Amino acid sequence: MSIPCRELVELVTDYLEDTLSPEQHARFEEHLSECGGCRNYIVQMKETIHLTGTLSEEDITPEAEEELLRVFRNWKDHPTEE
Amino acid sequence: MPLDADLRLLEDLRDGHESAFQQLIELYQSSMIRVALLYVPTRVLAEEVVQETWIGVLKGMRRFEGRSSLKTWIFSILMNQARTIGQREGRYQTIEWEEAGDLEPSVVADRFQSADNPYPDHWTTAGRPDSWDTIPEDTLLNKETRRYIQQAIDDLTESQRMVITLRDVDMLTSEEVCNILGISETNQRVLLHRARSKVRQSLETYLSEQH
Repeated sequence: MSIPCRELVELVTDYLEDTLSPEQHARFEEHLSECGGCRNYIVQMKETIHLTGTLSEEDITPEAEEELLRVFRNWKDHPTEE
Repeated sequence: MPLDADLRLLEDLRDGHESAFQQLIELYQSSMIRVALLYVPTRVLAEEVVQETWIGVLKGMRRFEGRSSLKTWIFSILMNQARTIGQREGRYQTIEWEEAGDLEPSVVADRFQSADNPYPDHWTTAGRPDSWDTIPEDTLLNKETRRYIQQAIDDLTESQRMVITLRDVDMLTSEEVCNILGISETNQRVLLHRARSKVRQSLETYLSEQH
C-alpha cells in the first residue's frame, strides 16, 4: 500500500534528511511516482529551502569590523597562547 | 572532519594574514550574533560574546587539531563565552523548547479528501499543489518574495525560527545545530519540519496571488 498524500506531507523532512527506514523510503518514492500533486509539493519544498538560503545576511558594521581587526592586529603583534 | 578550505584558512590565519580573518568574520559573524542572542538578552552583550569568541579563536588557534570542522570549533567557543557572559549578567536566557508531540498538520486538512470520498487522504482537485515551473525565476528571486519569506520566518515560534535559520540560512548541519542548541536530533527535525512547512505554505499563498 502506498502512503496517502496527507501522510506524505508529514514525512517530507524525514525524506529530505534521509532518516526514513528503507521500507518507508521505498513507499515514499512509490507514492511520488504515482502522484503529481505530491511531486509538486516536494519541488515546492525544495524551492522553499533554496530560497530561504538566499536570504541576505545582515552585514557587519564597519565600526564592528574595524574593532575586530584591531583585535587581530593586537594578537598578531603579541601572540599569546592559552 | 575539516575541509581543505578550512585548513587553508587556518594556515593563512596562523601566518597572520588579515584577509583570512576578514573572511572568517564574513562567514560566521551574523550567525554567531544570532546564536549568542539565545543566551544573552541584548544585542550589545551578544556583540561582546562574539568579540570574546574571536579573541578565543585567535588565542586557541594553535591548539586546534582539526578533529572537528573549524565552524564547529568556533561555535563551541562561542557557546562557552555566551554561557559565561550570560551567567555574569545573571540573565542567562533559556528558550522554551517545544516538545515533539501535539502535531499541527503541515497542510490544512481540507485540502485532502475526506473518508467518504474514493481516495481518502489524497489531494482534492482544488487542494492539489500546483507546479511552480511556470513561475519566472525573476519572481521567485525578487526582493519582494524574499521579504515575504523573511516575514514567514519571523512569524514562526522562537525555536522553529532558530532551527530553520541555522539550518537553511546559515547552512549548519543538523549535528551542529543539535550541539549548539542542546536539543535531540528528533526534536531538531520536528522543529525544522514545522518551520519549513509553514514557510512553504506562506510562499505558496503569496505566489498564487502573483499570477
